[in-house]
Amino acid sequence: MGERVLFFVLAIVAILSAGGVVFSRNPVRSALLLVLNFFTLALIYFSLSAQFIGVLQVIVYAGAIMVLFLFVIMLLNLGSPDAMPQERDLKRPLAYLIGFGILATLVSQSLALLIPATPQASPDVGTARVIGLALFTQWAYPLLLMGVLLTVGVIGSILLARRRAS
Amino acid sequence: MDAVPLNAYLILSAFLFVMGAIGVIVKRNPIVMFMCIELMLNAVNLTFLAFARYQTELLTQVAGHVFVLFVFGVAAAEVAVGLGIITVIFRLRESIDVDEVTLLRG
Amino acid sequence: MTLADFGWAILRIALMLGFLLGALPLVIWLERRALAWFQNRVGPNRLGPFGLLQPMADAVKLFFKEEIVPANADRLIWALAPALALFPALVAAATVPWGPNRLLTPVADVDIGLLYFSAMSSLAAYGVLLAGWSSNNKYSLLGGLRASAQVISYELGMGLALATAVLAAGSFRMTSIVEMQAQPLWGIVPLLPNWLIFTPWGLIGGALFFVCMLAETNRAPFDLPEAESELVAGYQTEYSSMKFAAFFMGEYIAILAICAIMTTCFLGGYLAPINFSPIQALGAQGGFWGVLASLTGALMPPFWFLLKVFALVFMFLWIRATLLRLRYDQLMNLGWRFLIPVGLVNLALLTVYVIWGWVPSLIGYGVAIVLYLVFFGSRKPERRTVLLVREAQPYRPKEA
Repeated sequence: MGERVLFFVLAIVAILSAGGVVFSRNPVRSALLLVLNFFTLALIYFSLSAQFIGVLQVIVYAGAIMVLFLFVIMLLNLGSPDAMPQERDLKRPLAYLIGFGILATLVSQSLALLIPATPQASPDVGTARVIGLALFTQWAYPLLLMGVLLTVGVIGSILLARRRAS
Repeated sequence: MDAVPLNAYLILSAFLFVMGAIGVIVKRNPIVMFMCIELMLNAVNLTFLAFARYQTELLTQVAGHVFVLFVFGVAAAEVAVGLGIITVIFRLRESIDVDEVTLLRG
Repeated sequence: MTLADFGWAILRIALMLGFLLGALPLVIWLERRALAWFQNRVGPNRLGPFGLLQPMADAVKLFFKEEIVPANADRLIWALAPALALFPALVAAATVPWGPNRLLTPVADVDIGLLYFSAMSSLAAYGVLLAGWSSNNKYSLLGGLRASAQVISYELGMGLALATAVLAAGSFRMTSIVEMQAQPLWGIVPLLPNWLIFTPWGLIGGALFFVCMLAETNRAPFDLPEAESELVAGYQTEYSSMKFAAFFMGEYIAILAICAIMTTCFLGGYLAPINFSPIQALGAQGGFWGVLASLTGALMPPFWFLLKVFALVFMFLWIRATLLRLRYDQLMNLGWRFLIPVGLVNLALLTVYVIWGWVPSLIGYGVAIVLYLVFFGSRKPERRTVLLVREAQPYRPKEA
């Protein structure tokens, strides 16, 4: 029972904060609600016994990516609610139509799934040791490619941020 | 203690994904659009981890976790470059309304 | 989880928070007295013996101060920021063991202990950043921006420094890291513990970590976010009363937590500097040896832990009294162009040791030092003009 109650509470918080991200008019509040959302997702990952991924979620998303977002919002002075008109009328009905279409499709598909109803994985699948072993043996080449991608990203962002030689 | 069924995770993930999709279409502020894309990526990560828990072989279980790690890496690279681009556009145009960025229009 | 487990968990949490909150006034007192001593002053000495009750008086004073809210502040976020600054500091030390008894410490001996600390310390940027933005004050905003850039930059160096401890112990688990350091020194010297700081990689990693933890806690010489001579008080300019006190407490608790992490990862945690096991073996005879054994045995681990933590806190104060504040570009250059390359080379050479053993690794350190001296040893101090004012201002669009 306990696990289901926990999941229900976390899911409610996650959905409400995700809604807040989309419907808040203030970018800073959007960003903060997104941090809350990532945090609840990390807790859900812990309950899925994915402890390594859960803590990485907090480090990468909450600790690095969202701080960067807030930094740019404050640097460009976009924080005040009326800094920019947020919505346009033409796109909104279309957006909701597409959104509910996707939602109906996904929910109807996921309700019909025929996968064993009990969790199969042992809790130590999510530990750093097991994931690390898989990452450096079976997935070594994708890992190297990821390193290349991140290096390219770093070089690209430095080039973009560099001041024009005037 | 009974476990949460797989369907519950998938439905939660579908809700988050759709929220993100609506946000990307509705918003005009590129930073908030970016945040909605991160929301969609996280919804997908949740399905990976939920499916990983219900796989029967160790190989496929770990594969779900590893794939989430790769999504983290891609998201980090994407944010680094994307925020750089937004900053440059703001410097050039003094506005970051996505509907006004039409430099590539022929 | 049975009721007994729950009770033990509550006791563990209470002991950890009790340590943090109990040591807090002591650290504040120590800072004021030690700074006075370094500066040849007297310092607060009126209230209680040696002025020990001075922090209480400060707290009472702050409690009764008027709280002033800036006119155009974002009220909700403005009120949230001090809590966000205090929370990560309070929970960051939850995986640190301060004694050998696993029922009393650490709060949670999880498999990802060190990563948990990394996660919590990276959340510390939010309180400062949001305080700076929501105050609607340009000094606060500049302080907040500086703080977030600084914390993100030094997070990387800190991760690389902590990775040496992880790689040497083969686990993220804090208790495993301490157990690794209980081995004989370098695997051969008996009765001396193998603290990580006594190995080449541990020495470099520990030095890196020390610099990074000064920057992470926004302390001198990296206290640019609250540089009073240029930014009034940075992000805390608009805060008064208990909200200011929350920032103040958060800063000192973060110092205690981060010193506890450094103690655990590099200075052998709760282990004594000498292995007392022969004395404890003699203790079975009773009499004098029995007293000596109980003095060196079960009672002592928390004492050694506290001694190391407070020695590190004293180093913080010593550095604050000695070094000048860095310029912002110097801070960024130090973080990105010195600490991170050194950390990467150090980690690579530690990997060489793990795979091939002592000799290739030590040769590697020798080669690295020679190469560094050849390429950078004769470099003169850099002199250039820096546009501090223009670079420090956030970008604003020109008037159309």
